[in-house]
Amino acid sequence: MADFGDLKPGDTLPPLTLPPLTRTTLALYCGASGDHNPIHVDIDFAKKAGYPDVFAHGMLSVAWLGRLLTDWVPQRRIREFGVRFTALTQVGDVITCSGTVIEVFEHQGERRARLAIQTANAGGQVKLAGDAVVALS
Amino acid sequence: MIDRRHIGLQLPPFEVDVEKGRLRFFAKATGQTDPVYVDDEAARAAGHPGLPVPPSFLFCLEMDAPNPGELRDRLGIDIARVLHGEQRFVFHGLSHAGDRLRFEQRVADIYDKKGGALEFVVRETRVTNQRGEPVADLIATTVVRNG
Repeated sequence: MADFGDLKPGDTLPPLTLPPLTRTTLALYCGASGDHNPIHVDIDFAKKAGYPDVFAHGMLSVAWLGRLLTDWVPQRRIREFGVRFTALTQVGDVITCSGTVIEVFEHQGERRARLAIQTANAGGQVKLAGDAVVALS
Repeated sequence: MIDRRHIGLQLPPFEVDVEKGRLRFFAKATGQTDPVYVDDEAARAAGHPGLPVPPSFLFCLEMDAPNPGELRDRLGIDIARVLHGEQRFVFHGLSHAGDRLRFEQRVADIYDKKGGALEFVVRETRVTNQRGEPVADLIATTVVRNG
């Protein structure tokens, strides 16, 4: 694990880039997550609802952001984690999860970092943006 | 418009078992390769009593409610019109395969933007384990597209 002794605002987490998003992944996530909303797996339903195609569950991207964090610190150090869904993640998108340290602070004697986190496609379009708070020791 | 009288509505609490096989399936679906999330021995070596529930999976367990659409049904919302707007997790402790988690959901807020074209429903969920210990608070904001 990284040595956080000199962690400072602007430092970045090792990014996580996913393979191009497939319909198979959406089907697997539908089953594994329990989110059976047909809009993510049934193109007929998606078209009736006014979308050109199915699109990814927002929470699939949140799971990837969870991986970004747990690749960096043990999960027991994650204090808080939140996202806004700003754009739809589409089939074929190559998503990269990234994180940047916003501040290092102390809370009730615990040294913590606040991070800005996001997912974006290869064109740089941000799909999810949010923040996380992790304990540094 | 969604009736604002639903603000404060508490849904019936429910309990969900954390199943190991389901955690492995979730790891597969999310491309998780860290052995801590799929291998019992690796989990134990990392100090876990069993496979840990990954950060966002609590939301999935919440969808294992007896009727995951209960809130939509009560508020009269069409699933084809909803989008997930925001999601937040505040963690108090980890949970693991074999735990039984209790979910207590309430409608924290309902508001609209763009003259009612978009309505927002904020649901807050308190999660505790079989020992009554706090696990997490989940805050979900659902967007309803009208018209």
